[in-house]
Amino acid sequence: MLRVRGLAVRYGSAVAVEGVDLEVHPGEVVTLIGPNGAGKTSTLLALTGLARASGELCYLGRPLDGLEPEERVARGIVLVHERRLLFGEMPVEDNLLLGAFSRYKRGERGLGEDLERVYRLFPRLAERRRQPAATLSGGEQQMLAIGRALMSRPKLLLLDEPSLGLAPLVVQEIFGILRRLKAAGTTLLLVEQNAKAALSLADRGYLLEAGRVVLSGDAAELARDPQVVEHYLGLHPEERP
Amino acid sequence: MDPTIFGFLLSDGLISGALYALVALSLVLVFAVTRVILIPMGEWVMYAPLTQAGFLEGRLPATVGLSALLLLVWAVLDRRRGRAPWLLAGWAVGVGLLGMAGVRWPSLAGPIAFLVVLPLGPASFRLFFEPLPQGSVLLYLILAVGLHFVYKGLGLAFFGPDQFRLPALWPGELGVLGLPVPGQGVLLVAAALLAMAGLFLFFTTLYGKALRAAAVNRLGARISGISVREAGRVAFLLATAVGAAAGLLAAPLTNASYDMGFLLGLKGFVAAILGGLVSYPLAVVGGGLVGLLEAFSSFYASAYKEAIVFTLLLPVLAWRSLSALTLEEEE
Repeated sequence: MLRVRGLAVRYGSAVAVEGVDLEVHPGEVVTLIGPNGAGKTSTLLALTGLARASGELCYLGRPLDGLEPEERVARGIVLVHERRLLFGEMPVEDNLLLGAFSRYKRGERGLGEDLERVYRLFPRLAERRRQPAATLSGGEQQMLAIGRALMSRPKLLLLDEPSLGLAPLVVQEIFGILRRLKAAGTTLLLVEQNAKAALSLADRGYLLEAGRVVLSGDAAELARDPQVVEHYLGLHPEERP
Repeated sequence: MDPTIFGFLLSDGLISGALYALVALSLVLVFAVTRVILIPMGEWVMYAPLTQAGFLEGRLPATVGLSALLLLVWAVLDRRRGRAPWLLAGWAVGVGLLGMAGVRWPSLAGPIAFLVVLPLGPASFRLFFEPLPQGSVLLYLILAVGLHFVYKGLGLAFFGPDQFRLPALWPGELGVLGLPVPGQGVLLVAAALLAMAGLFLFFTTLYGKALRAAAVNRLGARISGISVREAGRVAFLLATAVGAAAGLLAAPLTNASYDMGFLLGLKGFVAAILGGLVSYPLAVVGGGLVGLLEAFSSFYASAYKEAIVFTLLLPVLAWRSLSALTLEEEE
């Protein structure tokens, strides 16, 4: 579905990503883990067109070069940004409907069904549908950001740190939702600092350090890799149950 | 004050208020979508009747060339965007043809002038505002003031310093409660109410909400599939349409000259501020208030009428800053 070869992202003279290769197959959940500044977010921004990138980006058999972010959304590449980027002063329901704007513009109607689907997934959003998005709690805002992205019926959903700044219970809730999305066959590319949760959800994973892929493979195998265990799961190998 | 004078001042105030309301609506529209305080709107409001006057005198107004030129520059800038450059070039040619049609058929001068002035808004957005996508409100304001001077200077070069009198669309008068109200004024008030209702309804549609969302959270809009550039162009187009129509409808009552735009834009701005630069109905109320205040102060203290109108800003700003709703916005 997505094939990336030799991806590089530079901000001025600072190199954020250099020579990253990665692949995402349909229906798969792939995670990018690694420390702060490893280039995980930059990789996602490059895929959405929000960061200038070089390298070969091939999506559904066609190159992504020269497509604006909004054109990529219309093709099904949708990002849940780590800062959520909601329309704070607008009601929850408008935020969701605007997520489907590219479909609305194509003349698709019946967005109400998708709205109901998102409300079934996030009943708390349904309770707050008339409230301005800025008045929601952090967890609810994250749900709204995910819900807004789902409204566009993404083919490839990019999630940047969905657990960032949330209480452990809320993180569990969010990952529960991601599990349900996975079960429904949604293709996910997940960037997470919470490597444990990410690897337990994902089929495959890539470990990024300093802008390069240092390790990749099956998520379960990555979760057993001594290097990953020691640095990203916060356990010494011998402590592992 | 005797009731007849009161009635005259009232109708005068409401009619000029309708003009300010229309300008205010266009300013609110542009600000709500792009965060640009569009000072040159006043110039475009004047360009429309001045262009019409040019046609009526049987010459080709220079605004035709300006409009076509800006569209061609836009086409060159967007040369890599598929069919867009060809459509834009076609639009430029269309403006040229319209100009010739305006000279040939003076009875259509009004609508043709409207169509000739219309591209100035979106083209100015594309050429001057779009290349600065991350600009602050202040940066855009400085740019807008610069454009105001440019368009005003061009106005003088194009049309000269004279005032033009234009024929009324509805030359008769209407008796309202025994007072003669000019038909043209009735048209102007109707246009203001219609534009208000239209814009209000437009912004309840998902397309309208997407335009607003582009200003509320620019990056959030882009990742939701909303083109911020397109939103700005559409906002400028609609605003120019409202402004040009206002100019054409008002000119038979107020005359038109190249230097009337600034004060007009400023009064429209005062009216828009009354609505906090966000509300269309309040912008129209504000326009009416500015018009009435101006009419009555020109009767009681005509030397101070402008000063009194602009003094209205102070209590309004104080009230708005005290009652302002502050929502934290992530940006």
